[in-house]
Order: sequence, then C-alpha cells, then structure tokens
Amino acid sequence: MTYTERYKGPKSLTPKEFTYCPGCHHGIIHRIVAEVIDELGVQGKTLMVAPVGCSVFSYEFFDVDGTVAPHGRAPAVATGMKRARPDRIVFTYQGDGDLAAIGTGEIIQAANRGEKITTIFVNNAIYGMTGGQMAPTTLVGMKTTTTPYGRNPANEGFPIHVSEVLKEITGVAFLARTKVSTPQDVNKTKQLIKKAFMAQINNVGFGLVEVLSTCPTNWGLTPVESLKWLEENMTKEFPLGVYVDKVGDIK
Amino acid sequence: MSGKVMVKGTEAIAEAAIRAGCRLYFGYPITPQSELPEYMARRMPEKEVNGVFLQAESEVAAVNMIYGAACTGKRSLTSTSSPGFSLMQESMSYLAGAELPAVFVNVVRGGPGLGDIQPAQCDYFQATKGGGHGDYRLLVYGPESLQEAVELTVKAFDKADKYRNPVLLLADGLLGQMMEPVEFPDFSNLEKLEKHSSWALQGTELERKAHKVTSFNIDPVGLEKMNLNLQKKYAEMEKNEKMYEEYMMDDAEVVIVSYGTIGRIAKSVAKMARNKGIKAGVFRPITLWPFPYAELAKWAKKETKLFFTVEMSAGQMIEDVRLAVEGRCPVKFYGRMGGMVPTPTEIFDKLMELV
Ligand SMILES: Cc1ncc(C[n+]2csc(CCOP(=O)(O)OP(=O)(O)O)c2C)c(N)n1
Ligand code: SF4
Repeated sequence: MTYTERYKGPKSLTPKEFTYCPGCHHGIIHRIVAEVIDELGVQGKTLMVAPVGCSVFSYEFFDVDGTVAPHGRAPAVATGMKRARPDRIVFTYQGDGDLAAIGTGEIIQAANRGEKITTIFVNNAIYGMTGGQMAPTTLVGMKTTTTPYGRNPANEGFPIHVSEVLKEITGVAFLARTKVSTPQDVNKTKQLIKKAFMAQINNVGFGLVEVLSTCPTNWGLTPVESLKWLEENMTKEFPLGVYVDKVGDIK
Repeated sequence: MSGKVMVKGTEAIAEAAIRAGCRLYFGYPITPQSELPEYMARRMPEKEVNGVFLQAESEVAAVNMIYGAACTGKRSLTSTSSPGFSLMQESMSYLAGAELPAVFVNVVRGGPGLGDIQPAQCDYFQATKGGGHGDYRLLVYGPESLQEAVELTVKAFDKADKYRNPVLLLADGLLGQMMEPVEFPDFSNLEKLEKHSSWALQGTELERKAHKVTSFNIDPVGLEKMNLNLQKKYAEMEKNEKMYEEYMMDDAEVVIVSYGTIGRIAKSVAKMARNKGIKAGVFRPITLWPFPYAELAKWAKKETKLFFTVEMSAGQMIEDVRLAVEGRCPVKFYGRMGGMVPTPTEIFDKLMELV
C-alpha cells in the first residue's frame, strides 16, 4: 500500500480541512465515526445532527446529510428525523456543555424513549467554543474562566457523570466511556462506536459513546501535556468501560 | 368533501392537519389545547392515517422534534398555548433561518406569566413581530370560525411548503373550545405532496452531494446575504399572501377592525350599529402577518369618521391599524384582558360613546 492509499480519509469525511486546534481530539473522533459509517456501509442512509460548540461545523466535515441543532437540542432534532424517517441512520455529535448542561433534559428523555439514534458525546471538561468556561464535567479544583479560583463543589457542585446517570435508563441499548489518547484507544473506541450504531441498526435502542477528549487551547496546556493531564485526571474522575451492552456480538 | 360534522375547535384543526397530509405530530400538553394532542394520540396510529404522535418532554423538545422532522421535508405539526409558545421561540427563529416548513398552532390564553386558561389575543406582538431573535417572519393566520380554521390549516401546510417557512395559526381559546359543524376536505394524496428532494435531509444514497440545512453563516457578508434572501422571500409573501374580510364596508363611516373570534363578534356589533343608523362595517385581517396595511388604508378617507379596534388584549393589533391609517382618521380602542371576552352589547355601548 502506498502512503497516500493508506492515509486516504474515510469516504464519510469531506476533504474539508478541520478547524480544530492542534492537539484537539475532535478531529480523531470525527475520523473514527466516519470510518465506522464507511465500514457499516450506511453513508448514503445517514443523517447527522451537529451541536452548538466547537464541533458546530462537524456537519460540513461529515459527508452525509446534516444539520445543526440549537444548543443542547440535538437529541430532540434527531428524534424528529428518526420518527420521520425510521429507515435512516441518525446520529448526534455533542460536547459536554451541549449534552450535559443546557441539553440534559433532551438526552435523558431521548435515551428513555429508547430512541433509535446514536450519540457521540465528547467530554473535554470545558466549554471550548465560548472560550474556556466551566462545563458540568469540569473537575473539582479545575480553573476555568468562570471558575478562576478552581471549581468549588460548595458553589458549583461536582462534575456530572453522564454515563453513570444514563446507565440506569432502560431505553439505553449501548453505552460506553472511552478515550482516544493512544492508537490502541482509537481502535477500541472505533469498536464501541460501531456497536452504538449497531444498537439503532438492529433496532435495539439508544446508543451513546462518551469520549474523554482534550482541549489544549482552553486547558492552557500543550497537546502533549493535555494527553498526560487527561490520563492522570480525567480517567480517574470518569472511569472508562462499557456500561450497557444489549447489542451483543457483532460481525 | 364528506358532509358536515360537529367538532371541537382543537380537534377540527387536528383533523384538518391530517387531511392536509401531516403525519407527524409532536407536542406537550397545555390547556386550552390539550384536546389537540389527545386527538392526535388517538388518530395518528389509526390504519387510515398511519402517522406518528409523540408527546415531547417539553415545548423546547417539541419544537426541536419539529425542526428534525421538517429537515426531512415531511409535513409536521405542533400545537401549544401561550407559555409553551414562548418556550419555542429560540427554535422558531432557527426554523425560519434554516427555511424549514412546519405548521404551529398557538391557542392563546390570558397572560402574562402563567396567566389563566381563558381566551385571549395578547400574543399578537409575539406572533407577528417575531417572538424569537433575528429578522424573521412567520406567516400568521387568525381564523374566526372552525370552518375557516380548517381551511387555513390546510392552507398553512401548502404555504409552509411553498415558502419553506414556518406558518402559525393564531387561535384564541374561544375558537379552541367551541363546537361547530364543519366540512373537512378530502385526504391529500401523500405521494403528491412536495418532497423537497432538492434540499431535504433524506440520505444521499450515494447518488448526490450531501445536503446541509443550517440557520447560520459565521461570515457577516454571507449572513447579510442570507438575510437579504429571507427578506426577498418575505416581500414575496407580503405581495401574495394577504387575506382579509370586509363586512358591510361599502358605505361604512365607522370601521371596526378586529381579528379572530372578536372579528366575528364585531359583525354583530356592526349590525347593531346599523340598526341605530350608524354606518358601521368590519375590516377583519385574516393574515396577521402579512398585515393588510394598504387594503385597510384604503378606508382612511374623508367620509370615515372612526376606526375602532377591538381586541382581547391591551391593544396590540391597533399599532398596525395606526400604521395603516397614518393619522388620517381617529383610531380608538376597546379591549378586555386576562381572558375576559367582551360581549357584543359591551362593544356596541363603547362604540356609541365614541360616535
Ligand atoms: C442558547 C445558547 N446559549 C449559549 C450559547 C453559547 N455557547 C455556544 S457553544 C457553548 C458551549 C460549548 O461547550 P461544549 O458543549 O462543551 O463543546 P466544546 O466547544 O467544548 O466542544 C455555549 C455556552 C448558544 N450558542 N446558545
Ligand atoms: S477550543 Fe478546545 S475543543 Fe475547541 S477546537 Fe480548540 S482544542 Fe478543540
């Protein structure tokens, strides 16, 4: 295989250059979602819902029909699409502010209805797009522009554990928390994302994969430092693993 | 046409939507329109209809489900009452910006705040001047009777498709709760409805470029262009879509201006006035946006002694009446608020004081 063949992007990504910062994991996550869509052979049937957040432009990066939901409402938008077109594959791509703050209601209710949609949830513990404010997933003591003295649980509460909350919901068919820090992580995450899509393809229920992700720009760290910080801090607060799997083995 | 049947207002609108080819309903219960979702919950699963009813977890979710459904190019409906419509406003603006066709029903109740569950017209500003953010317009219909509501519901879907724009049926609680005989149109042939295949999100099937539906452009030059295109569309709507009724206006010297069920009551008032020798007529806007300014302005002439605007509000539509009249004749107002419905005699007495 020549270099260009091997590194040709997946078909489900457009040739458009990512707008993400160096060291940001959004790009890696996009790529593996696109690879999964390719491998499942569903590109022509897929509809995507982008959030408001740094990945607002993901609808331009994925080479599938797509739209942008109002901040936090992607699961409701995806519900409308899927109910209108049950024969389509529908996924949302959301950040932690989008999904776990303003959109908490929509994600829980969509999961609870067992909506046959897939959600890619990117948890970087901060609001990237708006310049580094506190997210619901911000770690205790972590400094952000709106927690300049560090997140203080007495005032701001504790980081919310989305996967742990959602695992209690019967409508959830597949749920996992993962990261994309190493090539091994990437391969593993890809399998998990594939299963989350299989949950809707096989009509089992709602699928979500939470991916721990970096934001070097707003963490104020270099890309390498960010990886280290994620490993040392985020994986402790947010344990990795498969929380729900009703999909079973896939080919 | 299938002959006349007695129905309740909210149910008439629901059935009309189904006849128009709407097979997707999303909504959240709120009085005085909960019979509409309840009707849809019964009707949508029926074999003859085979549609989707989904109770959303909030009006915010409902309007976003509409956004998603509309993205696929299919006809969808939601209904609510005042506080619920307020909750929908962010996404109304998104729908307008993304040029998505969908139909909304707001059965207006007394406000502000939680208000009450009685009929009111106090959401006119919100409906016609843009309840959400940004320069956008909804096509807004204000029916006076159930038959008209049925016809306007069907029209609402056609116009939403035609202009790729949300359309609002602004009904007051009176209309929602009253029972009247109506004649429903036949079922539309779903195959013949606009598919919106040139832009809707239906999957590329690897046969075309991916479609993108968005309500934004981060480049101000591009966003201004997008806005100019929207304004062009709105101008087109203003040119083609105005609807109004003139009742005993030929020789009228007193012009009662009212919409919705008050427009209907105003006709009785005009008759009462004529019995007393006062040449009164009624001008009833049917489209609240676009408002029939020029058509109303035509009556702002020498012989006209008075424009008398009657609303179930503190005076909202009267601002449009004044814009039309441009100071050429006196414009007076009578209104009740908080869900109080004025009687014809009450309005007539007020009119007699003024003339
Ligand atoms: C209704 C509304 N409120 C607030 C905003 C501003 N806003 C845009 S993105 C965002 C947070 C994004 O953070 P996150 O979801 O974590 O995504 P990230 O940018 O980190 O990928 C906020 C608050 C908005 N666009 N709309
Ligand atoms: S601000 Fe953070 S989340 Fe956004 S693109 Fe940059 S690194 Fe990624």
